[in-house]
Amino acid sequence: MRPVAVAAFAQTTHTDHDTGLAEAELILPVIRAVREQSGLTEFGFTCSGSCDYLAGAPFSFVSALDALGAWPPIQESHVEMDAAFALYEAWVRLQHGDVDSALVYGFGKSSMGDLREIMTLQLDPYYLAPLGLDQLSYAGLQGASVKSDTASIARRSWESAQTNPYALKLPEPVETAPITDGAAAIVLVAGDLLRDRTNLAYINGIAHRIDPHYPGMRDLARSASAAAAATAAGVGEGPVDVAELHVQFAHEETILAEALGLPGDTVINPSGGPLAANPVMATGLIRIGEAAARVMDGTAHRAVAHATSGPCLQHNLVAVLSRES
Amino acid sequence: MPSEPNPEINHVLEFPGGYTRSTGPVIGRFLTELRAGRIVGVRTAAGKVLVPPLEYDPATGEPTLTTPERTAPARDPVLSHDFVEVGPAGTVREWTWVGEPRKNHPLDRPFAWALIRLDAAHTSLVHAVDAGTVKAMRTGMRVWPRWRHDRVGSITDVECFVPEVTTIVANVRTEYTVTPGAALARYLDALTREVFLAGRCPTCDGVYVPYRLSCPQCGSVIEEELEVGPAGTVTTFAINNLPDPRAPQVPFVSAYILLDGADTPIIALLAEVPPERVTEGLRVRAVFEGGTVKWFAPEREA
Repeated sequence: MRPVAVAAFAQTTHTDHDTGLAEAELILPVIRAVREQSGLTEFGFTCSGSCDYLAGAPFSFVSALDALGAWPPIQESHVEMDAAFALYEAWVRLQHGDVDSALVYGFGKSSMGDLREIMTLQLDPYYLAPLGLDQLSYAGLQGASVKSDTASIARRSWESAQTNPYALKLPEPVETAPITDGAAAIVLVAGDLLRDRTNLAYINGIAHRIDPHYPGMRDLARSASAAAAATAAGVGEGPVDVAELHVQFAHEETILAEALGLPGDTVINPSGGPLAANPVMATGLIRIGEAAARVMDGTAHRAVAHATSGPCLQHNLVAVLSRES
Repeated sequence: MPSEPNPEINHVLEFPGGYTRSTGPVIGRFLTELRAGRIVGVRTAAGKVLVPPLEYDPATGEPTLTTPERTAPARDPVLSHDFVEVGPAGTVREWTWVGEPRKNHPLDRPFAWALIRLDAAHTSLVHAVDAGTVKAMRTGMRVWPRWRHDRVGSITDVECFVPEVTTIVANVRTEYTVTPGAALARYLDALTREVFLAGRCPTCDGVYVPYRLSCPQCGSVIEEELEVGPAGTVTTFAINNLPDPRAPQVPFVSAYILLDGADTPIIALLAEVPPERVTEGLRVRAVFEGGTVKWFAPEREA
């Protein structure tokens, strides 16, 4: 594989309410920040992750391109998923070898609608969506299947978030990720752009796997797809100092820690994780950014990032990052 | 940041009439059977029965229909090998309680979402369980579908699942015409004159109230009538915290009262005194109202 590294990461100071900024206005400062950090103003490839249903407007990601300066035309793509999966597409694109940089960003304003019912719209239209099964309900079914000390997970996440200036200032620990507006961006570099840079977090492994959509078709106490992604990304091939996990419900951490085979001394979600800030469609990308930031600042030699999509941890992406390629 | 006020507007995203989606042969068969009041699964090559049925085996990715190219009628013998009737009953594997239903939920009262393993199925169906209260829910409970009367071929043709019948309520109510009997009739008649009528046993000398025709100890016929009370002494009492039709306000005190001149106590309500002030030995006097004893009350100092 062609070596690819994270060269820059930025996120908004997330809010629990609509500050009055449109999506493009929300993205603008994080795009500016990663351009400054990376020293790059143009990118060989651009890929974003967002969800039209959050804004209730078709092709809302197109208007978000206003924040980039997309003329003359740029090579651009989009996933209707968390931007962590846009990062995967960018990583694949960099494997082609003809471009050396990629900009990835994700954004979401959950404050505008009813997130619990918007998540119903991702469910299959024959068996699940007509029931009105909402996000809290299907998470509740998974939570019932696993033994988890959710109170401790919530408390640790809340305590960790006290030193994260971008997280929400929650008055007390929560076991369900809070409604959040926010955005994040990452710059990936490869090839010649790796040479002159010292502050990089190399993506040593990245993979995603998926389980059957229907929750009744799988063992909800385990995540076979997260385990398979972790094996493919090489999580078990070395120590894991830090793991940033896409935990939107506290019990998911228990399932993921087992599936990823994390050692007992791994520090999980030192940022506070999604239980401290959950800007949907950017939350997974932030996990990769936070893990990269720990590698870049030297607090972690080897870090793992995880992102998820779909009901009950259906689809899981795992990346391993370190200072060396 | 915008310096002008940023007005909030309500925006509704809706596709009038909804999308038209084709079902394909597998989901279509399931929904057609559901409309007919049956639940079917599809059998995989490995012999597992998937409910609700999928077009592919999630373990292998292989098609589940052995003749997928055919548009077979529902009773086609080849397809009937692929489809298996399951349930209609099943067992709750996991459940989560919804205390405040959302407007899009299938029930407008508290209910549970459950993963239900229908009989003969190898996977679990997600549906609602109408159990009344969370206390009625438990993993392993048996549930049956509650069918809608007008079915259209939708997963919501099953309104919800309901617990198996394990108990019934047997109502009992019959009406009678009763008489108090000769002795009690005389006693009640005396009460209308605000008199407690007692009887003395000629053999053992005991004075019984209410008045009776024979001695409960020796069986002798009682002929001597006498009046007792209306004052007496509390011998024992109870403070009641469950309301009674005859004493709707709680707490109330019921007491055994030994009427002056009697050898047996009667049970009566005790009122006009806080429950904590009632003691054994308390002197009380009957309060009459409407031709009977309303209750006893502490005897006032003369």
